[in-house]
Amino acid sequence: MILNVIGWFLIYFGAVFLFLGALGIVRFPDVYNRLQAGTKCTTLGAFSAIIGVGILHPAWLAKTFIIALFILLTNPISSHALGRASYRSGVKLWEKSVVDKCKEFAECVEERNE
Amino acid sequence: MSWYIAIGIITIGVILTLIRALKGPTPADRMVAVDSMTTITTALLVLLGLYFKRYIYLDIALVYAVLAFVATLAVARYMEGGL
Amino acid sequence: MSSLILILSAILVIFMIVGAIVTIHARDLLVAIIASAIVDLVLAVLFYILQAPDVAITQASIMGGLTTAIFLVAIKKTERYEQ
Repeated sequence: MILNVIGWFLIYFGAVFLFLGALGIVRFPDVYNRLQAGTKCTTLGAFSAIIGVGILHPAWLAKTFIIALFILLTNPISSHALGRASYRSGVKLWEKSVVDKCKEFAECVEERNE
Repeated sequence: MSWYIAIGIITIGVILTLIRALKGPTPADRMVAVDSMTTITTALLVLLGLYFKRYIYLDIALVYAVLAFVATLAVARYMEGGL
Repeated sequence: MSSLILILSAILVIFMIVGAIVTIHARDLLVAIIASAIVDLVLAVLFYILQAPDVAITQASIMGGLTTAIFLVAIKKTERYEQ
């Protein structure tokens, strides 16, 4: 009974977070904001929903744990690769963004080399 | 009844990311939307596996989670100039 | 098959058609590759809903991961924009 309640709570928690991440994908103004919304929210949401299914049906717990572990490993790698690739391929920041740490770091390295 | 609400919420998420993936201005936007679409779809496949009550359906979610990552990484390497 | 699953598969079919149209009309070939990857990944979900798990695994692995990488190598060797 208590496992049932915990499982359903985790599934709904994950579903709401997945929906909010998708809303951020549609509503945010540029690539980097969309990357942040679409990666953090969906990682937490998918992890929570999949572990919730495993708790609700305890014979499936091992395989759901493996799927959640794969998501937890591969999602930050792909988001990091996409962010670096879109910065280096020349995608502009939004015009109201105020800080660009990557550009500051490149200028600092240039000054030190001179 | 509660199945309908959970699967419906996640389905709306898949639809929103697909809209951004088909509409986005630059290719980086589309690829970000496809990346989060695969993560949301993995959760949807696991939930549908519990809905259909088949243990073998979890394998598809595993393969989906691993191999969509390869496509995202390949496109990212191409945009960076490598590959 | 309940009505929720029927509505879900109808929405997925609509998005597959829109993705195929985007694939045909895109001038940038990277956009065309991403749109065809969307069509393949959605088609894997559709095979899953139609209860064919082995076909869905093959579709997600071959078309989702491998074909995208091979097309990327092809447009890396030739050129990206269609004139």
